[in-house]
Formats: sequence, C-alpha cells, structure tokens
Amino acid sequence: MTSALGSAPTGRDDRRARPTPTRAYRFRWARAAGTGWLYVLPALVMYAVFVLRPLVLTLQYSLYDWNGIGVARWVGLDNYLTVFTDSDLLKIIGNAVVLIVFFSFIPVALGLLVASMVRRITTGAFGTVVRTILFLPQVIPLVAAGIAWSWLLSSNGLVNQVLRAVGLGGVARAWLGDFDTALPAVGVIGAWVLLGLCTILLVTGMSKIDPALYEAARLDGAGPVREFLAVTLPSLRQEIGVCLTVTIIAALASFDIVYISTSGGPGLQTTVPGLEIYRLAFSQRQVGLASALAVVLMLLVLACVLPIQRLTRGEKP
Amino acid sequence: MNLSRREQVTGRVFLIALIVVTLLPFVSMLSAALQPRGTVPSGLEWPSDPQWGNFADAFTAANMGALLRSSLLIVAGVVPVSVLIATMAGFGLGQLRVPGGRLVFGLLLLGLTLPFEAVVTPLYYQMQDFGLLNTRWAIILPLIGLYMPFAVFWMRAHFTNVPVELSEAARVDGSSTWQLFWRVQVPLARPAIASLTILMFLWTWNQFLLAIVLVDDATKRTMAGALGAFQGQWGTDLVLLCAGSLLILTPTLIVFLIFQRQFIKALIQGSVKG
Repeated sequence: MTSALGSAPTGRDDRRARPTPTRAYRFRWARAAGTGWLYVLPALVMYAVFVLRPLVLTLQYSLYDWNGIGVARWVGLDNYLTVFTDSDLLKIIGNAVVLIVFFSFIPVALGLLVASMVRRITTGAFGTVVRTILFLPQVIPLVAAGIAWSWLLSSNGLVNQVLRAVGLGGVARAWLGDFDTALPAVGVIGAWVLLGLCTILLVTGMSKIDPALYEAARLDGAGPVREFLAVTLPSLRQEIGVCLTVTIIAALASFDIVYISTSGGPGLQTTVPGLEIYRLAFSQRQVGLASALAVVLMLLVLACVLPIQRLTRGEKP
Repeated sequence: MNLSRREQVTGRVFLIALIVVTLLPFVSMLSAALQPRGTVPSGLEWPSDPQWGNFADAFTAANMGALLRSSLLIVAGVVPVSVLIATMAGFGLGQLRVPGGRLVFGLLLLGLTLPFEAVVTPLYYQMQDFGLLNTRWAIILPLIGLYMPFAVFWMRAHFTNVPVELSEAARVDGSSTWQLFWRVQVPLARPAIASLTILMFLWTWNQFLLAIVLVDDATKRTMAGALGAFQGQWGTDLVLLCAGSLLILTPTLIVFLIFQRQFIKALIQGSVKG
C-alpha cells in the first residue's frame, strides 16, 4: 500500500516555506507547524488512496473502452457522447431527475406545511416521542425501507388493502411492477425516508424564529398565506437549503432503494444512474461507459447542489 | 406564541398523521412476520395465532450470529480510526493552521458531495490489486477514506471555534503538540467527537453499495449488505423475509432508542453541516 502514498512531499515543501524563527517560543511554534502536518497526513493519505486516486481512475477509465480484464482501447470522448445520445441512458438520467420531485420537493413541501402549523414540537415527552418516531427512517438501512415498502406496495399489500376498503379497488395494482406507477412508487419510498428528517429540521428552524415577527405580521393584517410568504419562508431559507441539498443528493445518487424494490424494472422504468453504473461495470463489463456515466452523475450532483448552497448560504447578513 | 386553538389542533393532527405513516410499514411487516409459514399474508391483519417462532427460524436462516459479528468487526475497523485521524486533521487544519491547509481543505470539500457510485468501480480494481477483495478490509479501508471529507470538515469546524489563546497558554506551559492535542483539545472536543462517532457508526452499519460490490460472502458484509443477500435468498418467502428484516433492524433500533437524544442531535447537526 505504501506505493500509493503520494502526499508525503507536500509536508516537506511547506516546512521549507516557514519563516526563520526568532524567539524561543516562536521557534517552537514554527516546528509545531511542521509537525502540524503529521496530524493532517493520516486523513489525507486515506483520502488520497481511497477517494482521490479512484476519482482520477474513473476519469481515466471514462476515456477508454475496457471490459475490466483485457487491453483497454483509447476512445477519447466517445463514452460521453454515448451517455448524452443513447436514449436508454438519457431516460435513466431523466429518472433520477424525476425522483428529485419525490425525494426533495414533496418532503420539503409537506415539512414546511407541518412546520408552519406546529411552529415548535413541545419539549415534553410528546416532543421526544414525535422526534424519535420521525427519525426512525433515518436510522434503519435504506435496504430495510425498500423491503418494507415492496411489501406495502405489492398486490396483497397494505396500500391496496386500504384502497379496496374505501371502494377504490379498481386502481389497486402491483405498484412497483406496473409500467406507469413504478417510478412514482419508488419515489414514495424515498419521500417516506426523508419526510421525517425534513420536518424535524424545518420545525427546529421554525422554533428559532422570533415570535415578534408573527405578531407584527398579524398586526399588519397578514393572513396565513402572507405570513408564510413574508415571515416563515425567508426565515427558514437556510434550513430549506439544507433539506434540498441532502434530499437532492439522495435522489440523484439513489441506489439502495431501487436495487431492492425494483432492480430498475419493469423495463428501464426505475433504473437510476447509480444502478446503471453498477450494472455496466460489473455485469456488462463496460467499465469505460460506466465511468463516463459516473462522471456525469458527479457533475450533475454538483450542478444541482452548488447553486442551492450559494442561494441559501452566500448572502448571510 | 399566539397560535389559535384551531391551528394548534390542526398541527397536532398533521403530526399524528405523519407518525402513523412513519410507523405503518413497520407494523405491516410485523403482522406479516407473525403469519404461519407458507401462507400468503395480506396487508395489515393481526394473526389469530401469532407465530413468534418465525423469528427463531429467521435468526437461523439469516445466520444472524455471524452477521452481527461481521458488522461489529467492520464498525470496529472503521469508526475508531476514522474518528481519530479526522480529529487529528481537524486539529491540524483548524487550530495549528498548517501552511497549505487551505489547499488540503479544498481538496476535501471536493469529496463532500461525491456519490459513492462515482468511485466504486476503480475501488473494485484497486482492492483486487491489493488482494483484499472479499475480505472485510475491502469495506473498511475505502469507508475510512470516503468518510474523511465529512469527518474532517466536521472536526475542523469545531477546532476553528476554539480560541487559539488556549493553545498558546498550553505552549507557554511547555507542553508538546501531542500533549496539547490529547490532554487539552480532545477532552474539549468531546461533544463533537461523540456526534461524529454516532454518525460514522450508523453510516457504516447501513452501508450497502460497497458491501455488495466488494464482498461476495454475505457473512463478511455489513448488516445492510447482508439484508440485501437475505432478500435475494428468501424474497419469495414473505413471512420469513419480514421476520428476518425486522431482526436485522433490531440492533440498530435498540442502540438508537438508548442513545436517542444524542442520535437526533447528531443527525440534525450532521445534515446542517454536511
């Protein structure tokens, strides 16, 4: 493993750059800055070997046609061209974008609705119980959420049972197996996982808003809608940003839930980039194409997350 | 706060609806897990004769003993090392402010939003070269690296807020950098370290992608990875699948309920900072 330790020279270079120490304790400080690198180094080495190196390799693979075993053939940007022109791959990327609606927008919208009505969860026993329960989906593995919901959404599952009970038996179906409903059904699983987190984050943010702002809004004759737009929304900007960031990453990089609940089917209806990368690289042995898709996915995440960060954090007073 | 009575009631109703929706999947799984083996359960239906023995069957079928041991070994390999080296790096970047630290920090930020899918393919070949495929090391080592962006970011945020005068005072007293770190700074950083430990534990325990890609043998995987294999094997036996899934969830749930307060704090802070 030592062969991969690429970061050692940096420490030397920086030590050279230190100004000559003058006083005694200054001397110790300068030496401390040198030894300071010893503190940073282990983390940096692990990061370099297990993240940066693979990242560079992904970039490299993406320029080759390689089956993982034989000789790789240089193909330039052909793999990227495939990603952006192949109708299946475009559909797959589109699926991830559709999932954002379910993983992000629904939990944030519902969370805001609940938060603006609850304002704060009481600190007493009721509050603790509420928080504990709403956090359960965050604590269990996504795989378990996938299994539980595959069962709920199956033809004999609870969802259909309820539908039949209220006389809507006609729409009952195997939700995850149906061509039209599979992707939204996967989306519902994600929404269930992230709803509690968003609600708690937004309610926590809500309880930090100065009640005087609401008093003032009411005195000005603002209705609940005005109040929401003028006070709640701007005050929660940062929390909304956090929720959107976390949930959008969860949507675009989704894998576990889809793998367990539908394996991407029926057809390609629920296949997402994460699953396709896994398939291309390990079943179809198209490592180059898988890597190009991985790079695109990475850039897609950044393209969605960076503007949100800028909007919600940048202009803090 | 002046909320009208009606608003308070609607708020409560919404919260309770949310709680019911959150709990239903678990209840439905439990009701299916208690049906007699070989029957086809439907929705939510309390069995007339609950078959608690199904859990014992699932325990054997899932090889729970081996799974628990494997997950614990992986957690033991990942969490202490990650927390230690991230705390050291956070101290180096946030307190000692090493020259070139900004560059290192920038590099780490690069990895903060990185989907694991983006590096899993090269990691596979790298682990193959190291001869570590199908061993727990193939999960442990990459996870430590992959956690570094968040973990260092987290600890640096803490150490940046500790006044430098504190370190200077310790310096004047003649303590070495290590003493300063270990005796003065680490004890002060305990809350940040505790939250980080909880998050690392949870993320490791629930890690799925790396487990299924890098390790074939389900008994050498994390809990989540093993659950994936369990579903593959018993997917058609819904009763056993539900019982097994609930069993595999139990350890996390117990730990979560015990440290519930710390968990929620860590998860809230974790998502805010991440």
